[in-house]
Amino acid sequence: MTHSSDWAVEAHGLVKVFGDNRAVDGVDLSVRTGTVYGVLGPNGAGKTTTIRMLATLLKPDGGDATVFGHDIRREPQIVRQLIGVTGQYASVDETLSATENLMLFSRLNGLSRADARRKSSELLEEFGLSEAATRPLKKFSGGMRRRLDLAASLISQPPLIFLDEPTTGLDPRTRSQMWDTIRRLVATGSTVLLTTQYLDEADQLADRIAVIDRGIVVAEGTAGELKASVGTSSLLLRLADAGSLERARHAILDVLGVESVLTPEAGRITAPMSDPDSVTDLLIRLRADGIAIEELSVQQPTLDEVFLALTGHPADDEAPSPDGTSPDGTSPDGSAPGAPGASGTASTPELETAR
Amino acid sequence: MTALTITPGASRTLKNHVGLAQTVRNSFSMAGRGLIKMRRTPEQLIDVTVQPIIFTLMFTYIFGGAIAGSVADYLPLLIPGILVQTVVTTSVVTGVQLREDMDKGVFDRFKSLPIARIAPLAGALLADTVRYAIATTLTFAMGFALGYRPEGGLGAVVLAGLLVIVCSWAISWIFAFFGVIARSAASVQGISFLVLFPLTFLSNAFVPVDTLPPFLQWFVNVNPVSHLVTAVRDLANTATFGGDAWISLLGAAIIVAVFAPLTVRAYMKKA
Repeated sequence: MTHSSDWAVEAHGLVKVFGDNRAVDGVDLSVRTGTVYGVLGPNGAGKTTTIRMLATLLKPDGGDATVFGHDIRREPQIVRQLIGVTGQYASVDETLSATENLMLFSRLNGLSRADARRKSSELLEEFGLSEAATRPLKKFSGGMRRRLDLAASLISQPPLIFLDEPTTGLDPRTRSQMWDTIRRLVATGSTVLLTTQYLDEADQLADRIAVIDRGIVVAEGTAGELKASVGTSSLLLRLADAGSLERARHAILDVLGVESVLTPEAGRITAPMSDPDSVTDLLIRLRADGIAIEELSVQQPTLDEVFLALTGHPADDEAPSPDGTSPDGTSPDGSAPGAPGASGTASTPELETAR
Repeated sequence: MTALTITPGASRTLKNHVGLAQTVRNSFSMAGRGLIKMRRTPEQLIDVTVQPIIFTLMFTYIFGGAIAGSVADYLPLLIPGILVQTVVTTSVVTGVQLREDMDKGVFDRFKSLPIARIAPLAGALLADTVRYAIATTLTFAMGFALGYRPEGGLGAVVLAGLLVIVCSWAISWIFAFFGVIARSAASVQGISFLVLFPLTFLSNAFVPVDTLPPFLQWFVNVNPVSHLVTAVRDLANTATFGGDAWISLLGAAIIVAVFAPLTVRAYMKKA
């Protein structure tokens, strides 16, 4: 069962120390070949440092790890032939055009000039960048840059791809495009190891998730297992007519079997929900009772709640270094785990019904 | 994406070392990148285009009468001097740009690729020889426009140009070393000019050595830049490849022998 080809990544007790900061403090990870593995955690948790060690960009101070059975310390050059790395900030050359970037990386990957040209235009086509192929990168949007970055990682068709926060800073639409791209990638047989600050992203993409905090893995499992450990989602309901509030609460009690809470200032009702699927029953009941709704959403637990549940302290308790940057090299502004795009309406569009 | 199928990681045959042929190929790919960057940001070429023109003009007319009696007599003395000074100064940029480059995200990708570790460094040094060639050509052309007719002939002038390029390439290893170990591009510039100014100005590049006080003469005579200047003068004006040329080449070799391993080691530690 545990043949080396079964595991894309096996890491045991990885440690990285920066000064007196133990950025990664004994991380164990096992990623099965052909799956998507999510590493979830706030800024400064050690996600990026872990990935950089696995990608041979940083030498670990302790522990060991293998990529498809090859030791990252003893056989780094082999590991580099098996991986693609897409960084948090697009690691492409800003002064070169998209084509020139892909040509350069293709040539460095050992392709002949003709093959490199073919590969570049193929990838540009694939990632919808053909029209912008010769435009200077400075004029690229954040989403285009990420796509080019990902395209550059795929030149050698690596069996393992590291994606470090692939959607941080992207708008919701670009984000879901990125998700589609990642899904197609997995369909071709790649193994993907991605880091994210967003629970819903890990939920959408990852087969298994490791929650990492202060350099250690605090929980590991499937999305379902993790969410079950965190608690329930919550329903949020706003009615068109404030006069039917009581009847609506009665309907919720009937259908969901829970007591709802009224938030008087906005005339909204919130209720805990163990099974988001039962919202359908509730909607049918509300229609039958003639209660018109203004807004309805089901919110998943936020990363804050995950953290509170798993670690007993809130996620942003993780104080970044004084200059405002964390060891991950990210700025704290992207950290807001409950950011509008991360949870709530945008994350669960299929459950969102306006009016 | 459907057209692609990924070969499983465990069933690939792979090597853990990079051969010489691949190292050379990777280095040339990186040099190609350097050339594209030069074309994209022509303002970076100001030091090798405008500087030779302005300096040649200024020094010729300011010092020509005072030092050599006339502009025409000063040119054979000055042009080799200004050539060496300009091209050697240009080699500082290698270190500055290397530092800037290493701070960028793209360097992470270079490090994650199965390429020769040394390629990004070698490529940068290689691409910069083009800058030296531009500066060399412009300085000679400027001298020609002002009336300088090298007696050594075209072949000797080309050889002199090549000698300067080779020596500057060697010196650029010093600045590449600063580039690798320094924290910021600005500090590379600072350290480099601190080294460079005494080397280029305390030489025979602009003035005859016998006009200097004795303690300065001593330094000027051991200064490798002086030997390079003399070698260029000998080649361009009399077509002789003399002792100074050999000393210059020897000096270049020593610099490379000392700084290339230092730079590479420091670079590998960071890469």
